[in-house]
Amino acid sequence: MLAFILSRLLQAIPVMLTVSLISFAMFAYVGDPVTIMLGQDYTEAQREALVRELGLDQPFFVQFVEFLENVLRGDFGLSYRLGRPVADLILERLPATLELALTAALLALLVGVPMGVYTGLYRDSWLSRLFLTVSLIGVSLPTFLIGILLILVFAVILGWLPSFGRGETVAIGWWTTGLLTWSGIKALILPAVTLGLYQMTLIMRLVRSEMLEVLRTDYIKFARARGLPDRIVHFGHALKNTLVPVITITGLQLGAIIAFAIVTETVFQWPGMGLLFIQAVANADIPIMAAYLILVALLFVVINLIVDLLYYAVDPRLRSGLAATSGR
Amino acid sequence: MRALAPLRRLARAVESDLWWSFTRSPTVVISALVAVAMIGSAAFAPWVAPHNPFDLATLNLLDAFTPPLWLEGGDPRFPLGTDDQGRDVLSTILYGARISLFVGFCSVLFAMTLGVTIGLVAGYAGGAVDAVLMRIADIKLTFPAILIALLVDGIVRAILPRELHDRIAIWVLIFAIGISNWVPFARTVRGSTMVEKNKEYVMAARVIGLSPARIMWSHVLPNVMGPVLVIATLQLGFAILAEATLSFLGVGVPPTQPSLGTLIRIGNDFLFSGEWWITIFPGAALVVMVLSVNLLGDWLRDALNPKLR
Amino acid sequence: MPLLDVRNLRVEFPTRRGTLVAVDDISFSIEPGEVLGVVGESGAGKSITGAAIIRPDRTARADRRRRDLACDGRRIDNLPPDRMRSVRGREIGAIFQDPLTTLNPLYTIGRQLAETMQTHLGLGAKEARARAIRWLEEVGIPAPAERIDAYPHQFSGGMRQRVVIALALCAEPKLVIADEPTTALDVSIQAQVIALLKRLCRDHGTAVMLITHDMGVIAETADRVAVMYAGRIAEIGPVREVVKHPRHPYTEGLMGSIPPLSHRVRRLAQIEGAMPRLTDIPSGCAFHPRCPRAFDRCRRERPELMATDGPSRAACWLHDRPSRDLALGHAA
Repeated sequence: MLAFILSRLLQAIPVMLTVSLISFAMFAYVGDPVTIMLGQDYTEAQREALVRELGLDQPFFVQFVEFLENVLRGDFGLSYRLGRPVADLILERLPATLELALTAALLALLVGVPMGVYTGLYRDSWLSRLFLTVSLIGVSLPTFLIGILLILVFAVILGWLPSFGRGETVAIGWWTTGLLTWSGIKALILPAVTLGLYQMTLIMRLVRSEMLEVLRTDYIKFARARGLPDRIVHFGHALKNTLVPVITITGLQLGAIIAFAIVTETVFQWPGMGLLFIQAVANADIPIMAAYLILVALLFVVINLIVDLLYYAVDPRLRSGLAATSGR
Repeated sequence: MRALAPLRRLARAVESDLWWSFTRSPTVVISALVAVAMIGSAAFAPWVAPHNPFDLATLNLLDAFTPPLWLEGGDPRFPLGTDDQGRDVLSTILYGARISLFVGFCSVLFAMTLGVTIGLVAGYAGGAVDAVLMRIADIKLTFPAILIALLVDGIVRAILPRELHDRIAIWVLIFAIGISNWVPFARTVRGSTMVEKNKEYVMAARVIGLSPARIMWSHVLPNVMGPVLVIATLQLGFAILAEATLSFLGVGVPPTQPSLGTLIRIGNDFLFSGEWWITIFPGAALVVMVLSVNLLGDWLRDALNPKLR
Repeated sequence: MPLLDVRNLRVEFPTRRGTLVAVDDISFSIEPGEVLGVVGESGAGKSITGAAIIRPDRTARADRRRRDLACDGRRIDNLPPDRMRSVRGREIGAIFQDPLTTLNPLYTIGRQLAETMQTHLGLGAKEARARAIRWLEEVGIPAPAERIDAYPHQFSGGMRQRVVIALALCAEPKLVIADEPTTALDVSIQAQVIALLKRLCRDHGTAVMLITHDMGVIAETADRVAVMYAGRIAEIGPVREVVKHPRHPYTEGLMGSIPPLSHRVRRLAQIEGAMPRLTDIPSGCAFHPRCPRAFDRCRRERPELMATDGPSRAACWLHDRPSRDLALGHAA
C-alpha cells in the first residue's frame, strides 16, 4: 500500500515538472514583459534595470531554477496588468472558486447518482424516459447558456435570486466564505446549479450505463437464481459493482468542474480564479496564466491520487495485486 | 453490368442492419433530418439567408431592436427580429451556424487525424514508444479540454500582434480544440491496432515485406474506422459546444466572423432590457444543432456496438 | 409423483428474421433424487430449457412461452415474481458454467453464502456463518474457517466451482439445475467436481438436471438421459440403454462419433450435415435431412416421443409399427 502511494507520487513529479516548464517557457518566450510592464516610453536605463531585476539576462536553465524556487516559495511574480503579486490575487479568489466548485460537485453527485441508479433499474418507466430526455438535453446545453437561462428565469422574471456577485461574505483567517450569510447562500445557488448541471447529467448517464452492464452479468443472474430478493440484488450486489468505475470518473470530473468554473464565473461575475484567468487570457497576462496552470495541475494530481486511493480501497482485486482475469 | 454495381450496393445498404436500426427509431430519423437541414442551410448561408447581415451598406439603424414576427412591432422582413445594429437575427444565425459548424468539423477532423495516427503508431510499435505516448495521453486526459484550448489560444494571442491573430483566429481555434480532443481516438485505435497486429494477415503482410506504414494504412485502418466514426460524431457535438463557449468568453472567433457563441454573448447584454430574442434564438439554434448531433452519435454507437446486437 | 414435471414447454424469440423457436414443445419429468442428463450439441436448446424453468433473467427480452411446469405438484410457471423468487434457491438451485463470472468479485464468499442462507432459511448472521464454514468443508475447500473471508479471485477455477456448488446447495433445494458445470474447467479438475456434485446430491437427496454436451460426464453421472436436437427431445431413457442401445438415429450417430477406448477404429463415424438454424427448422422430423433411414412419413409429420422395444422412448417413426412396415415394404 505504501509502495503504491510512493509510486504514484513519483509519477506525479515529472508531470509537475513538465507543467512548470511549460509555464516558465511562456514567461521566457511569450511577449516581452519589459515592454508590457514599462509601457511605451521608457529609457534604456530603466529597461536595463528592469531586466536585471527580473533576472532576464541570465541563461535559460538558471532562470528556470530560479522560477522553480520562487514557485515553491509561493512567489509567482507580478501580474502584468494589475501590477500586484499573483500569489495574493490567487489567494483572494481561491475560496470563491472552491466553494462554488465543491457545492456544484456535491449537487451533481447527490442528484446524479440516484437518478442514474433509478434509470438503470427501471429502464422502461415513464420517469426514466423523462430523466433520459432531460439528460440528453443537458449534455447538449453549453454551461453558459444554462447560466443565461437561469438568470433570465430566476433573476429577471421571478426576481428571486441575484444574477451576479457573491453576496455578503464573512472572512475567517484568509478564507472568505459566503456560506454564513443568507445573501451569500442565495448568490451561490444559481452558479452552483449551472456549474453542476452538466456534470450531473454526465454522472447520471454514466451510472445508468454501468448499472445496465452490471445487471447483465453472470453474477447478478446467479444471485437472482439463488432467489435473493431484489433489494439485495440491486442495492447490494449491483450497486457496489456499479460504483467502482464511477468513482474514478467522478474524481476526474472534479477537475472538469474547476475548469468549467471559468465559464460560470464569467456569466455570473463570480469573483473567483476562473474569472481572473479568463481576464488574463484576454489581456495576455502571462504570470497569472502560468500560476493558474501550475495550481490547476497540482490540484489535478492530488485529485488523481485520492481517486486512485479510493479505487484501491474499494476493489479487493487491486489489493491482492492479482489480475482478476487469470485463474490459477 | 458495372453500372449496376452502385445500385446493388445501395440495395444492400438498405437491407443492412444499420438501416433497419435507423428507420426503427423515429427520434433518430428526425434528428438526422434536422441535422441535415441545419448543416445544409448553414453551409449555403449566403444563398439561403434572406439578408446579408455583414454587408454594412444594407443595415439601417432604424431597424434595430425589432421584435420577432409574432410580437407587436414585428416586421415580416425580419422574422426573428433584429439586433442592436439592425441585423436580421435569422440571417446572423445562419451565418453564425456556418462558422460554428465549420470550426466544429475541422477541429474534429484534426483531432481524428492526430489521434488516429498516434493510435496507429502506438499500437503497432508497442514497447517504449507505446508507453511514452500513452503516458502523454494520460497526462493530457487529466486536463479538461476547455482549459487546454484556452491555454493554447491565450499563448498564441500573446505571441502574435492583434491583426495577424484576428486573421488566423479561426485556425488557431480549430487547432486548440482539436489538440484537446485527440485522446479518445488514439486510445480506441491503439486498442484495435494491437488486436489486429497479432492477426495472421498482418504477419503475412510483414513476411511479404510491406512497410509498416503501408500495413497500417491499408490493412489495419479500415478495420478500425467503425468505432472511430462513432467517436467522431460524439466529439462533434462537444467541439461545437467548445467553440461556442470560447467565443462566448471572448477568446474564440474574432468579432468580424461571429459564431453562435459570439451572438449569444452580444445578445446577453440586452437580456435585462427586454430584447430577449437577440440571445435566445441563437441559443436555441445551438442547442438544436448539438442535440441532433448527439442523438445521431448515440444511435450510431448503439447500432455499431456488437455487444448489443 | 415426479419432483419436476415439464409439459409442453415452448420458448420462442421473435427476431427480425422470423420467430426463433429455441425449445419446441418438450415434455419430461424428474423424480426426486434422480440425476437427469440433458445432452446435445451447442444450440440444441439445453441451456434454454434450464433457464426457462427458473427464469433468472428479470429482463425477459422478448420471449413468449407456453408451458406447464409443476414442481413438487405445484404449478410454477404462472407464479407472481416474488413467489417465484422464493422457489429459486430454496426449491430449485442453479449452477452455471463459468465460476469466475458467476461469483461477485467484490464480495467475500462467506458473505455470498451467508446471505443466501439468511434469505431462505431465516438464519441469524452467526449461524449462517457457521453453516457456511461447514459447507465449505463439505465441498472440500481446505482451511474453511480462514478461506471464508477470501474473495473469489483468490481461488483457483476448480475451487471456485466448488464454492458455486456450495452456494447452489446451501439453501437445501430439492432440485439443482447444473448448466455445463465443468466445461470451463481443466479436464483433471472436471472429474473431481463431478464426483463432488454426485456425492453431495446423493447425500442430501437432491435431484439434478445435468446439462452438458459431454457424453462422458453423462455416462458417469446420470441415471437417465434426454438427448436434445433442434429444440426437441430425440430420445429419453436410462443412461445405460441410451448409450449402449440407442433408439434414435441421431443418438446412434452421437454414440458412434465418440472414440471408444476398448478398440481401435479407422475413422470416427460422422453425421452428415449440420443442425438446422432455429429459424428454419425442417418440416416433420427435424432430423430427417441428415438421417440415413428417413422415409416419407418423416418428412411430413413430426414424431412425438413414443415407446420402443426397450425402456427408452424415442421420437422416431421407425418405432411406429405400421409406418415401419410400410417403409420396409417400400424398400423391399
